[in-house]
Amino acid sequence: MKVERWTRTSKLFTGGSGGLVILLACVPLIFEPDVVQKLTTLLILVLLAVMWNALAGYGGLLSVGQQAFIGIGAYGTVFFSGLGISPYPAMLLATLLAGAVSLPISLFALRLRAAQFAIGMWVIAEVISIIIRLDQNLGAGTGISLTQLNQYEPNFRQAYTFWLALAFTVVFLAALFLLLRSPLGASLQAIRDDEDAARSLGVRVAARKRLLFVLAGLGCGAAGVLIVANTLFIEPGSIFSVQWSAYMIFMVLVGGLGTFEGPILGAILLFAIQTTFTQGGPWYLVGLGATAALFALVLPRGVWGTVEERLGLRLMPVGYRVVEKKRDA
Amino acid sequence: MTIVNAVLQGIFLGAFYAVLACGLSLMFGVMRIINLAHGDLAVLGAYVIFVIVEHTGASAFVAFAVALPVMIVLGYVLQAIVLERSLKAGILTPLLATFGLSIVIQNLLQLGFSPDVHSLGGSAGSVTTASWQVTSGLSVSALGLLVLVVAVIVFGGLQLFLSKTRVGWMMRATAEDADAAELVGIDSHAVYARATAIAVGIAALGGLFLGIRSVFDPVSGPTQLIFAFEAVVIGGMGSLWGTLVGGIALGVAQTLGAQIHPQLAVMAGHLLFLAVLIVRFGGGRLLLRSMG
Repeated sequence: MKVERWTRTSKLFTGGSGGLVILLACVPLIFEPDVVQKLTTLLILVLLAVMWNALAGYGGLLSVGQQAFIGIGAYGTVFFSGLGISPYPAMLLATLLAGAVSLPISLFALRLRAAQFAIGMWVIAEVISIIIRLDQNLGAGTGISLTQLNQYEPNFRQAYTFWLALAFTVVFLAALFLLLRSPLGASLQAIRDDEDAARSLGVRVAARKRLLFVLAGLGCGAAGVLIVANTLFIEPGSIFSVQWSAYMIFMVLVGGLGTFEGPILGAILLFAIQTTFTQGGPWYLVGLGATAALFALVLPRGVWGTVEERLGLRLMPVGYRVVEKKRDA
Repeated sequence: MTIVNAVLQGIFLGAFYAVLACGLSLMFGVMRIINLAHGDLAVLGAYVIFVIVEHTGASAFVAFAVALPVMIVLGYVLQAIVLERSLKAGILTPLLATFGLSIVIQNLLQLGFSPDVHSLGGSAGSVTTASWQVTSGLSVSALGLLVLVVAVIVFGGLQLFLSKTRVGWMMRATAEDADAAELVGIDSHAVYARATAIAVGIAALGGLFLGIRSVFDPVSGPTQLIFAFEAVVIGGMGSLWGTLVGGIALGVAQTLGAQIHPQLAVMAGHLLFLAVLIVRFGGGRLLLRSMG
């Protein structure tokens, strides 16, 4: 018997995803701006799904309030740009702001479990949304435009935003990947599988969860930054909408809770659904909600989790696997 | 006097929140789950009452009496097809499943009734407008008083049911320890189904009051859920009377907040909720330590 981490498939796939990033980076040079904008939306969905999965899949923390950080990222961008900071540096600052805000929130939110955490986070998002609504400088309840981005010619602006989205996605995916492969990662996966057992083995559960919470705060903040950069206008009603949580839950549940590849698959699925049913509308959301509930009840490991289980397929080597050594005949 | 009046109106408002929260509290007490579609079920109840009123011209209260059995059956069905499965699958599954259900209910209502707001106020008779002027700054509305009296009857009735009836004992035994209750022959699935049915029935009562007090639309549910959950937490999770007290505390916080600034009404309730969470889970000490 021996323990291995890399398989042929995972070597191929990890190498391949590096190639994919390079290909994606060329997209704005070749395609029309509307394609670039659509792909930016896809990257935002990937980022959101991966971050929500980091919390729920590895930390066991089901948040219905990650829109708090999406909103902080988006409004932070408008705020810092308003101070005269150039828009793209303002976006980085806004992302950091979301991470900074997540730290004090984590101090008490992480003491809550299950429903208390879920709805507690939701209430925190509501509180932040009310504060924004009270601020006339941020457009109060009616919303505000990111006019500073108009200084760039639209084609260039769309390309810059896409590259930023790609960079954010790569950075956060790589951070989670490296985190899961590090010694910390083993403890995170132990928490995912059985929190009490992990604690009894000496895993510092609270510290690990805080790490995930702040990572998810940063990541959702980055997604918020990208949303305002992609649409140029935000209003509190939609950016702080619980609908974001609905999307994240759908993507992660369908893709595969607690798997690395699953949320990415879920994001691509949601993106495909959104592009097909452009009219959107209630039926589409009925389908989304019903599918999420169905997956939670019937296929809790999602599409990818099930594939992984049945076929033993690992595309990204975040775990270990035991293989029988070939015996000599 | 305005403060006294604000507190009084807050008690009336809080009684409404307590009715909304009652079913949520019962389900948490018995099954240890929070139904994230609870607010949407209350709104659904309001729509069922609205449809009956539209078709028959009956008063909203009569329509509620007709809608109640429908909602109770719905509760049984909900337990059978959604909650029963999710209970076996760990603590996150009920939340995920009921969150999905919440989105389904909201958007089905959207399809059936358009996003417009509706109200039951017009069909509830003179109770919506009658009030007594106690002093110049203090008035007692008939509706507020009615909701308060009904809330006390609902909580009192539920308490009596749990402490005096056989079915109530079975419910308490199951809440205490479902496996041990099974050993002495209590069918926990039947108990859970009854608890859910009662919870959804009371949610419909909350929907009735929501519709009479103000207006509702297909997406009113999440706000009602948040208020209901805040009432449950402020009063102490798992305590039925606590939920009544919690609801009233939430209502008073909101009306007092509105005295400072109209936009601060909801905010004050949220802050009370978060403060209770911080104190209860010792986060306060941690917060102070990290500050200095």
